[in-house]
Amino acid sequence: MSEAATGANIAPAQPLHIKRTSKRWLIAAALITAIVALPVLAVIYLAFFPDENIWPHLMSTTLPRYLVTTLKLMLGVGILALGIGLSSAWAVTMCEFPGRKYFEWAMLLPFAVPAYVIAYVYTSLLDYAGPVQSALRAVFGWTSAADYWFPEIRSLEGAILMIGLVLYPYVYLLARAAFLEQSPSLFAVSRSLGHSAISTFFRVVLPIARPAIAVGLSLVMMETLNDFGTVDFFAVQTLTTGLFDTWMNLGNLGGAAQIASVMLIFVLVLVTLERYSRRRQQQFAARDNREPIRRFTMSFPRQMVCVAVCGIPVFLGFAIPGATLATYAIEYFSESWNPDFIQNTLNSLFLSSAAALTTLVIGVTLAYSRRLHNTRGMQVLMRLSSLGYAMPGAVLAVGVIVPLAGFDNWLDSLMRDYFGFSSGLLLSGSAFALIFAYTVRFLAVSAGSVESALQKITPSMDMASRSLGHTPGKTLVKVHLPMLRGTLVTAALVVFVDCMKELPATLILRPFNFETLATYVYQFASDEKLFHSALPALIIVVAGIIPIILMSRSISNSRAMN
Amino acid sequence: MRLKLAATAAIALTAMPVAAFADGEVNIYSYRQAYLLEPLLNAFEKETGIESNVVFAKQGLAERLDREGRNSPADVVMTVDISRIDELVERNLLQGITDNKILNKNIPENLRHPDGEWFALTTRGRLIYTSKDRVEEGAITTYEDLADEKWNNRICTRSGKHPYNIALISSMIAHHGEADTEKWLAGVKDNLARKPQGGDRDQIKAIAAGVCDVAIGNSYYYGNMLQDENEREAAETVRLVFPNADGRGTHINISSIALTKSAPNKDNAIKLMEFLSSAEAQRIYAEANAEYPANPNVKPVGMVAEWGEIHPDSISLQEIADNRNAAVKLVDRVDFDGE
Repeated sequence: MSEAATGANIAPAQPLHIKRTSKRWLIAAALITAIVALPVLAVIYLAFFPDENIWPHLMSTTLPRYLVTTLKLMLGVGILALGIGLSSAWAVTMCEFPGRKYFEWAMLLPFAVPAYVIAYVYTSLLDYAGPVQSALRAVFGWTSAADYWFPEIRSLEGAILMIGLVLYPYVYLLARAAFLEQSPSLFAVSRSLGHSAISTFFRVVLPIARPAIAVGLSLVMMETLNDFGTVDFFAVQTLTTGLFDTWMNLGNLGGAAQIASVMLIFVLVLVTLERYSRRRQQQFAARDNREPIRRFTMSFPRQMVCVAVCGIPVFLGFAIPGATLATYAIEYFSESWNPDFIQNTLNSLFLSSAAALTTLVIGVTLAYSRRLHNTRGMQVLMRLSSLGYAMPGAVLAVGVIVPLAGFDNWLDSLMRDYFGFSSGLLLSGSAFALIFAYTVRFLAVSAGSVESALQKITPSMDMASRSLGHTPGKTLVKVHLPMLRGTLVTAALVVFVDCMKELPATLILRPFNFETLATYVYQFASDEKLFHSALPALIIVVAGIIPIILMSRSISNSRAMN
Repeated sequence: MRLKLAATAAIALTAMPVAAFADGEVNIYSYRQAYLLEPLLNAFEKETGIESNVVFAKQGLAERLDREGRNSPADVVMTVDISRIDELVERNLLQGITDNKILNKNIPENLRHPDGEWFALTTRGRLIYTSKDRVEEGAITTYEDLADEKWNNRICTRSGKHPYNIALISSMIAHHGEADTEKWLAGVKDNLARKPQGGDRDQIKAIAAGVCDVAIGNSYYYGNMLQDENEREAAETVRLVFPNADGRGTHINISSIALTKSAPNKDNAIKLMEFLSSAEAQRIYAEANAEYPANPNVKPVGMVAEWGEIHPDSISLQEIADNRNAAVKLVDRVDFDGE
């Protein structure tokens, strides 16, 4: 259907693989994948050496419950993120309503709030001693918790809401970019054939945007599956609860690695199913999207619906936590202010930008290699390189330590044996280890979005460039990269914001006396006093806002440019 | 944009702290928050001129130490739970200090490893909090009482899987055996007013809110709440109970320090251990975090002293560590954390 709709399709084969193309790209992709997949492979390796077989105990006790809760959580967050992400992306792209221009970027703001921070904020607001319940008690004259019913924020529903509110921007971001790329004429054609706007949305718009939405949704799902901080705080027990229990309480790292591997398989099955279900679809953008989008003009009540659809998520996901943090930052300013902040902020910025650039370069290399060599083998490499996202950060950190410390000690032994001196640890416990960990973890984000954007560029572009005598490398630089500009900036900035928030791997792998904003905040949060560090928590959020605005501008510009 | 990033990167790179191997330093892997160690480490530096470097994490430090092997920069590990330190002993990552007169004098025998592989620095009691309004003084005096039917729907606690609760359950197993402890734990679960959640402070707040009347928690959280003006009101609604004070004594856990096998700055590390066991440092511990000093010559101060003397359970900490796995599985079997 989408083939007919886009009209510019070429048979769904892979006409790009020209025999004489050198294997350089393939070799580069294989090498990168080999390095990037090391931590995940290390975890799988550890899974072969459990201290004891953990499964009989887990199966007969908590595992069924963990599994059901995990599925409910993923399903709930998935539905919430899709609902908010798609409806708001559609509204700001296709409808005219007051504040639309601001919502274009404001929809992304909740992405800057770390999930553990939003969870902490809402708990403090909604628990018994918090302002909401205190006000209710004052108004109605209740005296204790037994006098009235109030929804429990520390619950599965609470966790779904919190995680959904900060993760929906993944779906929004990718869906909006996809909607912007669609040719308005498609929509017009569908309407002229008698479809209603809603029917057109489901039958034309969504199927074409599906690869991008699938990437966004799978990022949401994986991040949810791996979350430990938020669910632990809300006493919601998922597979990660079982994993950390096995690791930390039973001291059985191998058993924990087995659970991580099972979660990995789970993710792989999901991703494969989604891809299999659209195996026969292939789509390239018709090159006629210079045509400006004509937004719907709507009645006032409908405009208000749009304002609500966009406003409520931003209000709940950003305005409330931001304002609460700001209030506490003022109240606890003397305890919060610390000259180390500037250093911590610089550390966060340095690591995040280095990791964002690295993942971008690697992501482009992999996605472009896949375009040149669309073979089964290349697909496997692509999937392998993205597995880091499907593992809890702390487990991945152990996976990073194994090869890095292994390499350091191997080199050290060599030096001692042949040259009589010790080279010590070079990579382990360095900033490199952190950037490596971030790259492994967030490569899926950049590789995924670059790949899905690259798929939309018709192969005739490549052929034209190649027939004019350009090498694949030159074609990439001259043709693809300029066309992908919006996607590239977005991918880099998403990784940047993700790195700013990253916590578990940073804690374990960092050098001595090294704090990022996130680890600094966590010290206090883990000691049950997050508000003593409200100021740095606020800085994480603010530091995330700037790239978010840049990101949104680059998406809008990408269309204006066309 | 790219230029700006590059500039930022360059600034940050030059300012990046370098891993420390030079003389006059000691490197710490800590399960305890760095900001809590700061006053102690500052005092240590003032006295000896030795600088301390810290990595704090709650997970993964044992793996890191293990994998780094003989090249690990870490000199000492500091933990807040007997199980964490026991794990390092089991994995053969520590070296014993048996003949150090200062450490052996400052830390009593029951608060250090038989071969000197670790030394406790502070102890903390796992206490029962009761509502001043709704529970009469003396109505509950033992951990065993928590399973009594009269507390049905009146007890709050954090997750049964938290190391502090695991250690308490381990001590119950050590005293009563696994079968009786399972019955007891199932009884406690039946008495819970809500699903286990939050931290120890949250349980005190729950009593203040009238959600429950009895809670389990560590002593210093109560102390810390009294010192925080936003939380004092809640803390003042509860009474402290030292369980089993008239019997075998109250269950205690430790925070501890241990010398790593690979310690590159061994002399400095031992100086740090000696310092932390000294009266001066022990007093800082007691004052700053409302814990009990491990050094018997340092008496609890301020409000901790006001709470009255603690009679610690004399069972060996090793025995508690040995029952850890059994305790974890027990929590799963009675589905303690379930709905």
